[in-house]
Amino acid sequence: MLRYFLSKLALSIVLLLGVMTLAFFMLRVTGDPASLMMSREASPEQIEAFREAMGFNRPLGVQFWDFLTGAAVGDFGNSLHYGSPALPLVLGRLPATVELAGVGLLMALVVGIPLGLVGGLNPGSALDSIGRFIGLLGQSIPNFWLALILMLVFAVRLGLFPAFGRDELTSVVLPAFVLGLAVSSQILRMTRSTVLEVRSEDYIRTAHSKGLQPRTIYLKHVLRNVAIPLVSVIGVQFGYMLGGSIYIEAIYAWPGMGQLLQQAIGWRDFPLVQALTVFTSVVVLTLNLVTDMAYALLDPRIRYGR
Amino acid sequence: MAGETIPHQADSMLSMRRTFRDRLGYLGRLLWRDRSGVIGLTMILVVILAALLAPHVGLQDPLAQNLGESRMPPAWNAGGSWDHPFGTDSLGRDLFSRTIYGARVSLTVGLFGVVIAAALGMVVGAIAGYFGGRIDALITGPINLILSMPYLLFVVFIAAILGRSLLNVILIFGITDSPIFARVTRGEVLRIRESAYVESAVSAGARWGRIIFDHIVPNLIGPLITLATFEMSAMIFYEAGLGFLGLSVPPTVPSWGNMLAEGRKYLSSYPWLTTFPGLAIMFTSMGMNLSGDWLRDVLDPRLRRARR
Repeated sequence: MLRYFLSKLALSIVLLLGVMTLAFFMLRVTGDPASLMMSREASPEQIEAFREAMGFNRPLGVQFWDFLTGAAVGDFGNSLHYGSPALPLVLGRLPATVELAGVGLLMALVVGIPLGLVGGLNPGSALDSIGRFIGLLGQSIPNFWLALILMLVFAVRLGLFPAFGRDELTSVVLPAFVLGLAVSSQILRMTRSTVLEVRSEDYIRTAHSKGLQPRTIYLKHVLRNVAIPLVSVIGVQFGYMLGGSIYIEAIYAWPGMGQLLQQAIGWRDFPLVQALTVFTSVVVLTLNLVTDMAYALLDPRIRYGR
Repeated sequence: MAGETIPHQADSMLSMRRTFRDRLGYLGRLLWRDRSGVIGLTMILVVILAALLAPHVGLQDPLAQNLGESRMPPAWNAGGSWDHPFGTDSLGRDLFSRTIYGARVSLTVGLFGVVIAAALGMVVGAIAGYFGGRIDALITGPINLILSMPYLLFVVFIAAILGRSLLNVILIFGITDSPIFARVTRGEVLRIRESAYVESAVSAGARWGRIIFDHIVPNLIGPLITLATFEMSAMIFYEAGLGFLGLSVPPTVPSWGNMLAEGRKYLSSYPWLTTFPGLAIMFTSMGMNLSGDWLRDVLDPRLRRARR
């Protein structure tokens, strides 16, 4: 188990280095990061002075080394807009994003798992059809559009929830619902197909022929085996929610990392964009690592290398 | 249970000698049996026709401004008129025509994006899967790297740097989406290469050309077509999302994302600006998801049975 963990950890570190390399060089693919970050009205002298101040005129290797060593101790340079270090700005937005993703995930689980279980156990039933339709909707509705429509109906017209901000307790409901819907459809489909698969396994037939109560079979054999792939889906989806809430946060003015990202792009504040991208990647990679570990704990076949 | 197993086995034995035309007929019958597949394909067909025929069916110019008729509601609301069935935007441009024209941008991005991604991914994935060993390790590393990143974040990052143009958007999606195709191709090639039928073809003296084109390629097509359908739907989503953030095609181009970005400004007073492009995205994506589900079940014989 420890060896498995260490090998996964090493892989995560390599991936993280890759992410940082990408984030560094992407800013430089257009050739001139200084003119990218300055407004279009800036004079050549201003751009030159900015280039000097940011150190963009140094050799690329030196810049890259500075970026890596800086990032290792949490220094991503100063935000151009705020004029203060970028990482604390990002961290300050973390609680809001985690709250949003957490509530969204909870909603997704509450909707997705029961419907998926019912659908998988009674394929073709009315409840199954409803579940599959919800799954299809969740997959096909663009979340940025749904966010607008729900805001219009439930906040502007009906006044049931706040339209934006994070000041009230109910503020989280609309954005979390939108964020959770796509995930709930993933979870629903996953649960349903796993139940369908597990149901026709030999050990379930054996359990039936042993004369076990159906309830025991479902609780002990079916549910347990459904839990394994679910863990991995949940881990991956939570990572997706942390990085994918950019539209929803922008629309509902939710003061999280996604809103900051959208603002930073508008300000052409690329050091801040860089910090956000790398930090989110760290979180996602950590989540993946945790998920892999949970997976290995639940499924001994992985632990022992199959 | 047992009653289902026997015809299924007979089925797969027959398919050994099935010709291409028989296969098409078989697909057609399977399609007919599964109504959601029919619905999905019809929906896609509608969108494709809309995109192809937009300039030829006497629609109003999607770019023509008419400030005298700006912000008209849809025809069925008070104050609307059938001259502008979906109403008009703040510059008096016809929303119906813009929505139809928007399909052109979405389908262009989806089609070319997927073609580039699939071509790149298939070549790279096939090389990794076929040669294995060190070459495989060299290729799978970067693939895993890209797949483990928060995708949307990076796409937004790149788009913000490169600037707004149709070509940029296509290239961004084509390149960033290719790792998925590479991973699937690699896995399938590995599986097929180790299969008993390739082994027996090799021992019967088949040369590599025959193995690749007679055994590996036909077995790859199914999973890749299915993947392409889902990825195209995802790209149409992402393109609209980028447009919504003002990072996709230039603002003058009528695209669903750009229309949503404009509609958002007038959400409470002129909601129809937001409604129609969103419905169009949903319609397209739903069609592709339904077709993708159907294709996956039909092209993978192992799933065919579970469908009924």
